[in-house]
Amino acid sequence: MEELDVEPAITNIPAASDGKHLGFAWGPGDILAYETLYMAPGCSFIHEVRKDEDIYSPILRKLFNESHHIFVGLQTIREDLPSKNKKTQFVSISKNYRSVIRACMEELQQVLQKWPRNMEIRYVSILLAIELIWNLCEVLFIDAAPAGPLLLHLLDWVRLHKGDVDEKAREVLQSESPAEHHDYWDVVVSYVLQGRFEEARQMLVKQATLQPAARNMYKLMDTLLSKMPFYNPGGTQTLTEFDVKWRHWHEEVDRCLQDNSFASNQHLEIICKILVGDEDTLLEHKELLSTWYHFLVTRLLFCHPTVKPTELHYYAQSCMTMFLDLRSVPEPLDSILLAAFEFDIHQVIKDCSIALNNWWFVAHLTDLLDHCKLLQSHNLHFGSNLREFLLLEYASGLFTHHSLWQLAVDYFDNCPEFGHVYLELQIERVPLDTERKALKVLRICEQRQMSEQVRSICKIMAMRALRNNRLGSALSWSIRAKDAAFATLISERFLQDYCARGTFSDLDLIDNLGPAMLLSDRLTFLVKYREFHKLYEENRFSEAAKLLLSLITAKIAPRSFWMTLLTDALPLLEQKEVSHSAHCPYLLLYHLTCLVYGFIVFCYGSSCKVDQLLTSLIKESVCRFAGLGPEGLGTPKV
Amino acid sequence: MCRTDRVPTAGILWLALVVIMFVARSIAADHKDLIHDVSYDFHGRRMATCSSDQSVKVWDRSENGEWHCTASWKTHSGSVWRVTWAHPEFGQVLASCSFDRTAAVWEEIVGESNDKQRGLSHWIKRTTLVDSRTSVTDVKFAPKHMGLMLTTCSADGVVRIYEAPDVMNLSQWSLQHEISCKLSCSCISWNPSSSRAHPPMFAVGSDDSNVTYGGKVQIYEYNENTRKYAKAETLMTVTDAVHDIAFAPNLGRSFHVLAIATKDVRIFKLVPMRSDRKESTSTGPTKLEVQIVAQFDNHNSQVWRVSWNITSTLLASSGDDGCVRLWKANYMDNWKCTGILKGDGSPLTSSSGQPTAMSTIVGSSVQTSQNALNGMSAGRYFFPPLDPPRAGTRYGHLLPPSSLIEHCDAEPIQPQQALPYRLSSRALLPLPEAEGQ
Repeated sequence: MEELDVEPAITNIPAASDGKHLGFAWGPGDILAYETLYMAPGCSFIHEVRKDEDIYSPILRKLFNESHHIFVGLQTIREDLPSKNKKTQFVSISKNYRSVIRACMEELQQVLQKWPRNMEIRYVSILLAIELIWNLCEVLFIDAAPAGPLLLHLLDWVRLHKGDVDEKAREVLQSESPAEHHDYWDVVVSYVLQGRFEEARQMLVKQATLQPAARNMYKLMDTLLSKMPFYNPGGTQTLTEFDVKWRHWHEEVDRCLQDNSFASNQHLEIICKILVGDEDTLLEHKELLSTWYHFLVTRLLFCHPTVKPTELHYYAQSCMTMFLDLRSVPEPLDSILLAAFEFDIHQVIKDCSIALNNWWFVAHLTDLLDHCKLLQSHNLHFGSNLREFLLLEYASGLFTHHSLWQLAVDYFDNCPEFGHVYLELQIERVPLDTERKALKVLRICEQRQMSEQVRSICKIMAMRALRNNRLGSALSWSIRAKDAAFATLISERFLQDYCARGTFSDLDLIDNLGPAMLLSDRLTFLVKYREFHKLYEENRFSEAAKLLLSLITAKIAPRSFWMTLLTDALPLLEQKEVSHSAHCPYLLLYHLTCLVYGFIVFCYGSSCKVDQLLTSLIKESVCRFAGLGPEGLGTPKV
Repeated sequence: MCRTDRVPTAGILWLALVVIMFVARSIAADHKDLIHDVSYDFHGRRMATCSSDQSVKVWDRSENGEWHCTASWKTHSGSVWRVTWAHPEFGQVLASCSFDRTAAVWEEIVGESNDKQRGLSHWIKRTTLVDSRTSVTDVKFAPKHMGLMLTTCSADGVVRIYEAPDVMNLSQWSLQHEISCKLSCSCISWNPSSSRAHPPMFAVGSDDSNVTYGGKVQIYEYNENTRKYAKAETLMTVTDAVHDIAFAPNLGRSFHVLAIATKDVRIFKLVPMRSDRKESTSTGPTKLEVQIVAQFDNHNSQVWRVSWNITSTLLASSGDDGCVRLWKANYMDNWKCTGILKGDGSPLTSSSGQPTAMSTIVGSSVQTSQNALNGMSAGRYFFPPLDPPRAGTRYGHLLPPSSLIEHCDAEPIQPQQALPYRLSSRALLPLPEAEGQ
């Protein structure tokens, strides 16, 4: 095993440590820690310990929400697109991610102006770093610009992240006499260092008008600046042609320096030295460059404008060493950028995940790089696992949040190996606070054929409804769970309630169950029995009697309900409509007698003598009444 | 992190080794004695605590994340070792086990509406399981796909499996299996896999410290044909006392992962051996191939608890060094310590009159290891010009106001007598009194 390269983070818990133990319990999101002793005999505090703290920041929510859309869009890019089209798409997706970061950062900065707080300051610096790294990765890995355009992209990168020049320039230009402003030359030099010659020349004009004597010198500088060739990726010029042209220009600048054309003006001399790429002069302007990577790009601009991607790491390494004093240690950001210049994608991802304590960045960047097919080609057989590993971590973090968990579902969906099982484990822990939320969770599970989770959620909801005596809700949830045993139990509760109160609750539900009533016999009975009541209320006695009869003959009524059925039947027998129909009253009467018989046996137990006596008595009376012989009906069955 | 020091990355990558955590809030549990167990309910909205003060408390988390004690009652006539929740499919059900030789099942009943308004809930005892003749050391519900089943293990070396055939009637539990493990049992864990390929399986650990008695972890598996549990494996390499044991969530894998707390933390892989016997009528249990995946002795001495998070990406362990350590596997399945929860030696006293002291303590308690990343505080400040926030104030907004230190208003529970504490030779301790149930 490789040596551990970072120490684990220590979280101090306000508890006495001497000789005591810390107990703990895992929740879906947090850990509870408490002081205890596992061996002998304290205080009893429990501490809720949390990770993925960024998830809980309301400001980062926007970042999570919007990047989710981009992520989902990226997953739908078709595999069969020609690679050139894909590259354009990937670059634009990368830009979308960055603009989300930028938007979030700007919002944060606005908040900061009103309420400067440490947490926000931290987020701003993290977001700045993330955007900087991402942009460089975009240039180097995703866009993969070749020699020529590469430098142009790097210049854009530096310009974008060194915005303080423009601010300073604005300040200078708005002053009464810009050319005499104390920051004037800083601005000019900064423009030159970033290769923004148009702006530098406009600034220089202001100085030239103040010094008519030095007019020729300013004119010469203006010519040098305007003549500096930039590679035009859209043009017909080849890289070699550009290189020749650039060398000519470089020699010209060098000549000016040799013949002391600017010797009388210290500022112009410095600019000339910068143009010729003099390292010492560049390093004298560390303050204006502010970072080693700005130094790197400036140095490339004036010394190696046709740098190839493969050569970058050499210059990057030397620039970093030259720029940073011996005493200053490279920060995590430095090593991450350096690793990027070295095209060491895995190192970038690794360093970022250590430095950021936030999975958002690494998960999304790795996913994008994986879509660009950069991870496989770069080495290592586990490329797609790395992507999935990071996405799973990020999504699991989202799941601990009370509303962000919904975003996590799409991330899990796009993890082919473990995504489904992670989702199964996480989603069943989502608290089902309301029916609405339960339905939301349920829909997600149903769409993914997670039948066990669907069943479990419905069972939980059914049990909760039953405990709160909401029978209708309990019944519909148990029907959704296809839980026959529970449906039977609830149906019984309905019938008990009816016996106690003489009315049914939740009529809408019971009347409209349809084929769902077949889930359990007891439920079928409940629905049919309710139907009988309806018919009776509507004075459709004949139909009611038939239905009652079929209920009795089908023997699906619970024993405890026999007496109720019996009482229900009596008034029917007195109805003319019923007694006039051919067989109905007799059959009804027969079955009623059976019920009575069964009931007596049920109540008093069955002994041979009682049995025989009753059977013969009943048979005789019924058959006489029905006008049939004693054999016509057979023995009543209980 | 100088470039020259860097090892070429062709090998193993360690990702996000550092799990930075913070104390979100502290809750005064107000138990009159040591807390032995805390357990979250399935959804993480409730928790139950149990203590040597013979009581169990139930806590509910409100919308704003605060915990409120909604019930507190005396459950046993001895120290309560463990408390655990049944799956919510079975309602709101708790089980507890105690030194008083019993385990008990509790159910919350939906009370009057004014109780709800007062934030109280009612728990009633549904059953007391009195089969054990010694201290009941662990109680666990079986995975829900097996129905409502409860398992206990006790110092006399017997594992008992009970079933409630009617989930609506929790006063009826039938003892389905009694399995003698020969050694004093300390802990039990069910294999959570609901795959049909895996018959029900549990592991039981023994805290018998006599190493000559051999393996202290036994794996039992249910056999469809005999309808009995039979021993599938004994982990012969684990010869020291075992204090806790935990199967990892299965993740759809064919093998099982088991974490063990003994004199160190160990992670084992149990691979069922597929043989022809499967189709035959043989009644033997599945043969398991046992592989050790990781072993850590960072706790210096005894390890007392091990437990997995939901997706088994993190294993937590607690040991004699007074720390909770978090272990994480990277995507190459290599395990490392990624985080430590450490008592800072400044106990919060249970008296409620110190809100200010509390805030200070809680606030300063979050410090990431100084050498974690280049001496930068966790390397999270990329831009020095942006003032790094002062130490100890970084999580200022997370400081719980004094109102967050919750106090339970339930009636105090008087410990009846000097309480026996959990000792490794529990079986030999006399009972404090006759069963009080």
